[in-house]
Amino acid sequence: MNLDFSQIVPYIPFILEGIWATLKFVSVSIVIGFILGTVLSLCKITNIPVLKWVADAYTSIFRGTPLILQLMIIYYAVPQLTGYNISAFLSAVLAFGLNSAAYISEIIRGGILAIDKGQTEAAEALGVPYKPMMLNIILPQAFKNILPAMMNEFITLTKESALVSTIGYLDIMRRAQIAGADLYRNFEALLFAGLIYWVMVYILTLLGRLMERRLRQSD
Amino acid sequence: MIKAKNLTKVFDKNIVLDQISTTIHQGEVVTIIGPSGSGKSTFLRCLNLLEDSTEGQIYIKEKEITKLKTNKLEIRKNIGMVFQHFHLFPHMTVLDNVSYAPQKVKGVEKREAEAVARKLLAKVGLTDKENTYPNRLSGGQKQRVAIARALAMEPEIMLFDEPTSALDPEMVKEVLDVMKDLAKTGMTMVIVTHEMNFAKEVGDRVLFLDNGKLVEEAVPSVFFDKPTTDRAKVFLEKVL
Repeated sequence: MNLDFSQIVPYIPFILEGIWATLKFVSVSIVIGFILGTVLSLCKITNIPVLKWVADAYTSIFRGTPLILQLMIIYYAVPQLTGYNISAFLSAVLAFGLNSAAYISEIIRGGILAIDKGQTEAAEALGVPYKPMMLNIILPQAFKNILPAMMNEFITLTKESALVSTIGYLDIMRRAQIAGADLYRNFEALLFAGLIYWVMVYILTLLGRLMERRLRQSD
Repeated sequence: MIKAKNLTKVFDKNIVLDQISTTIHQGEVVTIIGPSGSGKSTFLRCLNLLEDSTEGQIYIKEKEITKLKTNKLEIRKNIGMVFQHFHLFPHMTVLDNVSYAPQKVKGVEKREAEAVARKLLAKVGLTDKENTYPNRLSGGQKQRVAIARALAMEPEIMLFDEPTSALDPEMVKEVLDVMKDLAKTGMTMVIVTHEMNFAKEVGDRVLFLDNGKLVEEAVPSVFFDKPTTDRAKVFLEKVL
């Protein structure tokens, strides 16, 4: 064993700055994934064949190929095709947002289908139009049921976010690698990065539990 | 008020409703009885277009609602419905359950909708429950909230789909009492029920359905004492 944590001390602020970089793009990705995922899930349960087909095809593509491939295509191939020099941040947000939308849409679809058909009928019988029915009656109940699955997806997203280190985005992972390379000692820096990820996920878990408790008020 | 003409519903080659024709007048309380699977609920659900009929027409106040271009939501505003399993919105309080639709559908102000809701809750005897969530209510209380919720839209017609079938026996009366009071106000009511005494006492007319057909139609005193068809006789012997 040859461990010496004192050497990474000067690098700690540098690595910690990665938290903000990671949080920034993960939270934007979650918002994109959540909104797009909700829209996709609604497309999947409509009676309009075109929308259904588009949403299914979308899910199939984004779930059926590696996330790192999607990230690479957006970061390296888009500039080649369009000449637009896409930033690492934008690539990351797009890849993670679009990818998690595919997963989230499936979660939400399941959540909606699990709601008793009587809820829709009761709303319809009262003359409530589709949009308020979904927004006020079906989705709130669906979200309550799928919260654990959703938190799982957010946790996965947070951890998978380390993939963006491969396109040079200065997240926690990338910074740990740089520190390790500088010192010719990788173990300490990587361990420190691991600790940061774990704490972040732990906080996310606590937030999830808190939200769950609030949503279960009506039980 | 409601007129069905040769109403037919076919589902996967099964004839669920077979050429049903009848007229329900304003202020009338009509009960629909018959064995399970006879098409009672389907008929009721056709009246507010929760179910599409295959053939035939339904007219509400002389206007045909079975046309393709009918705005279903517009029709339903005027027809309240109460379900066997209540279908209250579990994530909303009792007050929100009752005041939600008038706000969203008719654009009534929140304060006004809540005032109306409170009045209706008082009418069904649940004033003290307005901030309770449905899970905390008994079956009878849930169904009374469901009735208040339907009434909040100020419908001219109320449909009841076996409103007491999912209730514990001791809670049946409180729901039937609310329905009786409602009948006294002159509401047009169509009720699918297994409560023969209620049909006898409160109903103006009985429709007896069997196998998708309207087998017999009569005032309760005649239907229950001297049914004309053998099918109705057999049915009544079993249930009375």
